[in-house]
Amino acid sequence: MAEYHLTSPFSEQDIRQLRAGDIVRFDGRLFGIRDLTQIYMFDQHHEPPVSLAGYPCIHTAPSLRKAGDKWEKICVGTTTSVRMDRFSPDLIAKYGVRAIIGKAGLYQKSLEAMQQYGAVYLAIVGGSAALETLQIEEVEAVYWEHLHPEALYQFRVKNFGPLTVAMDSHGRHLYDEVRAEAARRMPEIYKKLGVA
Amino acid sequence: MSDFDYGIVEEAAKQLYIKALCDLPPDVREALKRAYARETKPTARSVYEAIFKTIETADQKHTLICQDTGLPLYKVKIGSRYAWNGYEIKSRLTNGTRRATQEFPFRSSSTHPLLRVNPQTSVGPGLPVFYWDFSEDDTLDILMAPKGSGSENVSKMQMFTPADGVKAVKKFVLDTVVNGGGMPCPPGIIGVGFGGTADLVAKLAKDAILRPVGQRNPDPEIATMEVELEEAINSSGVGAMGLGGDVTTLAVHIETAYTHITQNPVAVNCQCWPARRARAVIHPDGAVEYGY
Ligand code: SF4
Repeated sequence: MAEYHLTSPFSEQDIRQLRAGDIVRFDGRLFGIRDLTQIYMFDQHHEPPVSLAGYPCIHTAPSLRKAGDKWEKICVGTTTSVRMDRFSPDLIAKYGVRAIIGKAGLYQKSLEAMQQYGAVYLAIVGGSAALETLQIEEVEAVYWEHLHPEALYQFRVKNFGPLTVAMDSHGRHLYDEVRAEAARRMPEIYKKLGVA
Repeated sequence: MSDFDYGIVEEAAKQLYIKALCDLPPDVREALKRAYARETKPTARSVYEAIFKTIETADQKHTLICQDTGLPLYKVKIGSRYAWNGYEIKSRLTNGTRRATQEFPFRSSSTHPLLRVNPQTSVGPGLPVFYWDFSEDDTLDILMAPKGSGSENVSKMQMFTPADGVKAVKKFVLDTVVNGGGMPCPPGIIGVGFGGTADLVAKLAKDAILRPVGQRNPDPEIATMEVELEEAINSSGVGAMGLGGDVTTLAVHIETAYTHITQNPVAVNCQCWPARRARAVIHPDGAVEYGY
């Protein structure tokens, strides 16, 4: 397990060096997206008003407050990613997103896109909103405000993490590996528990 | 009727919801520290480090630990040696829940099941969830727990038959937790309901996650079953956040009830690592003691 400190936007090289199980922290720009954001982008064909190329996207519906025309953070947490799996390959292929951050992972097609284009899935610790909120320095912009709390958010973050590389650009999928290992151990566990 | 000021109950309900969201109980903190001490996998260890920083940040800034404010549950024990007014208690707890949401303010997570409209109050028909019980003393004892969806969504129940035996029950608990993987933000408490009826068993499972971490069922046979299931679940290697590790659950808690001679019900209610709860004991003279 290696630890990395990166700055976004990420290069292909930044991402290709990461291996499943590595720990990443980063500074720079982070985009927040959610189910509706991506339905709006992909199903209703709206082009994002800002380039996502090279940047990480986090699955969130943040609590923010608007003071004048400035948005301020209240509580930013992360949601389960699988619901947004179907958008992820396009997010990577079409918009050049280099990292998707969320909890519990994505499926095979997303993993394939990560291998092909050089992207990773970074697992955040679910439930750690207090820490995430602290690491967000500023809400730089909110695009498609009418979709809030599922708009497109541009955050500036400092030392954001720790994030675990859970799906890398070389075809490794940590959650699948953990599941496979659990399945391998199960017969023995059943036997010990007397339920075999 | 007494002239007790029920505004005290409303204020306590508000404070309890906020306290539960921001201040993790000491037994949960200790259990997480013990889990960290046992954990050998570096990836999992980094998860705990983030957990401890999160708890510390929430303490220092008085902010929410997790963004999911959950669905509110109040477990209320009404003392019989004082003329508590049940109707007032229920409506004040509901008002306090709404006020916590709007005055802190934090996100309301409750919505109409069909229309999916969120009134931004955390309350509505059926919410908060109330568990009512009675005690022999004169206090009003209120335990509040906000229940997040990531962990609730992997919860399950099943009506086995007596012929399936306790084997089926144990296997069901183990399989439910292992299949849940990282979804319920492990390591948390696994609540198990065993016995009762289809509705009661689900309630028992929820009740089980409200105990302080690792407090054993007083029945030694059931306590043994808790330990066995804990070991089995932790042998799976699912680990913190499902990323692999030595600890998948902090504790298994089982609550039981007598069941029908032809029934063998089981339910699993998963709780996440922020096993949030807060408690207030209200005295007839209006004094309120806060705890967990
Ligand atoms: S499962 Fe628990 S810790 Fe995870 S996001 Fe939901 S409420 Fe938060």
